Amino acid sequence: MGDTFTILRRFLPEFLKGTAVTLELTAVGLALGFLLGLILALMRTYGPRWQRVIAIGFIEFFRGTPLLVQLFLIYYGLPSLGLTFDQKTSAYLALGLNSAAYQAEYLRGAIQSIGDSQMTAGRSIGLTRWQTIWHIILPQALRLVIPAWSNEPISLLKTTAVVFLIAVQDLMARGKRAATITYNPIGSYLAIAIIYLIIVFVVNALLKWLERKTRIPGFEMETERP
Amino acid sequence: MAEPILDIKGLTKAYGNNVVFHDIDITVNEGDTVVIIGPSGTGKSTLLRCINLLTKANAGQIWLDGDEITAHGHNEDEVRQHVGMVFQNFLLFNHLTALDNVKIGLSKVKKLPNEVAEEKAMQELSRVGLVDRAAHYPGQLSGGQQQRVAIARALAMDPRIMLFDEPTSALDPELIGEVLEVMRNLAREGMTMLVVTHEMGFAREVANRIIFLENGNIVEEGSPDEMFNRPKYERTRSFLWKISELYGDMESEA
Amino acid sequence: MDFAKFFQYIASGTAYTVGVTLIALPFGLVLGLILSLMHVYGGKFLSRIMAVYSTIMRGIPPIVLLFILYFMVSGNINLSPFWAGSISLGIVSSAYQMEIIRGALLSVSGSQMMAARSIGMSRMQAIRHIIIPQALRLAIPPWSNEAAIVIKDSSLVYALGVPEVLRRAQLISASTQEPFLAYITAGLIYFALVFITNRLLNRLEKRLAIPANP
Repeated sequence: MGDTFTILRRFLPEFLKGTAVTLELTAVGLALGFLLGLILALMRTYGPRWQRVIAIGFIEFFRGTPLLVQLFLIYYGLPSLGLTFDQKTSAYLALGLNSAAYQAEYLRGAIQSIGDSQMTAGRSIGLTRWQTIWHIILPQALRLVIPAWSNEPISLLKTTAVVFLIAVQDLMARGKRAATITYNPIGSYLAIAIIYLIIVFVVNALLKWLERKTRIPGFEMETERP
Repeated sequence: MAEPILDIKGLTKAYGNNVVFHDIDITVNEGDTVVIIGPSGTGKSTLLRCINLLTKANAGQIWLDGDEITAHGHNEDEVRQHVGMVFQNFLLFNHLTALDNVKIGLSKVKKLPNEVAEEKAMQELSRVGLVDRAAHYPGQLSGGQQQRVAIARALAMDPRIMLFDEPTSALDPELIGEVLEVMRNLAREGMTMLVVTHEMGFAREVANRIIFLENGNIVEEGSPDEMFNRPKYERTRSFLWKISELYGDMESEA
Repeated sequence: MDFAKFFQYIASGTAYTVGVTLIALPFGLVLGLILSLMHVYGGKFLSRIMAVYSTIMRGIPPIVLLFILYFMVSGNINLSPFWAGSISLGIVSSAYQMEIIRGALLSVSGSQMMAARSIGMSRMQAIRHIIIPQALRLAIPPWSNEAAIVIKDSSLVYALGVPEVLRRAQLISASTQEPFLAYITAGLIYFALVFITNRLLNRLEKRLAIPANP
């Protein structure tokens, strides 16, 4: 354990490269997850029956199974259906789809908490359904969702660490390499754990700042999760 | 003369610079019902909590049955068994039935065997007229019933004195009567009681002595007759006038 | 390809997956309960330490923490990967369960403690007979979330070589060249386990619910 800092110093350049990959995976997963999550949330709340069924099926599957299974399904399984992705793309896809399921639920909670009255109000001044969703409901929902949603970046960041199992060279993969070279798994994994902790603290501080910046007094969601 | 059950000398409580009450002396004799009245926020609740050692006073001494309970090293849990406390918001244990609320102190604190504890708990429930509600949970009882269970819970420990902290002020008007009735019966049975309340009808009828507390000091004390009919101080008179205006001089009808 | 054999092989990993969960979850619960009690009732110093512990444990990715703990545990005690992995996963979960129970303890407000003390209960008696029974009931819904997470995280012991569902799926996909079918089957098994667990805990919550408690 005492060698943790020696390992940290010795492998720092490599670890930093891995950190960049980890951050990249988180950012891409988060963005992809947000776009798809928003679509799923809208399908589930406002869509016709078939869309609701698809959205629910998707959300339940991706929330009810391990990310690792999803990752293997995409990387090893899809080629047998003729869809082949490289390691990194598979990781992006798995993280994005997985995160979409969670983000969809956060967004749905926010949309529902705004309620039907805003839709009625929008329609009453002649807006179409879509216009009301776009101009009235979403601007409010996106602000309301922030406190609940702010769990997602950290949560996703932590789940990215499994992608080394399909040989993506993220921080965890570099830690594993250091463990093999030094024969000191505990020290090596502790070293990368420290880096993960630092990232988590920084991201948390950023999110807190974002939350403060966007808060509107008296405009809060009562229940964060359904 | 017999020793007083409760004797308070020079009791003082402050949070930082904020003095809650200062240099309070109160004596309660066996079988007495003493009522404390006074505006909200004058430290009446804190006073009761200090007597039950739920809050620590900054200075002063309290004797219970001749024992100084404020003395260093005194067993607080032991003291609280002998001082029953009834709270404004009932504070029943939400996960237990009415019977178990009364029973739990008997079986866990007094360590009575199960049947004995159960029988005793039933007796206390019948004392407050709630035998038929024994299996109900607090959420299934009205406020008045909850407060009566809370009284039974305190009585079960065979306290030397009962402290009531505005026992009816969280109740709907139509439920106040049943709680006051239970308290009146207790007084009649000779229970020693110290009651903080705004119910002037109860004070006038049941109290041996009324203490008027304002801004952390005892302004005046005396018999109901003295306090209601010829108070020494204008402040007492105006408070009693205001409170009667607000709550009515007579007891709320059940 | 013999499908019956195929599914049977993957499903036989379910016993390991369930086993890992059934060790990790209670282990994490007991540890989490103790830690949360120290956090809430242990005084300033302990509470500080618990807060730091919780922040650190929950700030490290579960797989990284699993590896650290696994090597620590198996380096000190001679245990199979199954046991060492399960216990390590339980320690990972304990930090999350600690926060769940802490929240529940805090929301069984101070007034219940005061009421218990007023009839002469000691602090310990009040915690045991009044606070914990209510707090654990309150903790069931968020705890069932954590149970689902532990079931899913049990797949991480795949990386330790434990022959659980995912490892079996990988082995059979290599030998049958049916990776999609293998992993979809594994996914459905996890899904079913999560689903059943949620249902059971839901039922438990209803059964233990205090009548008419707001």
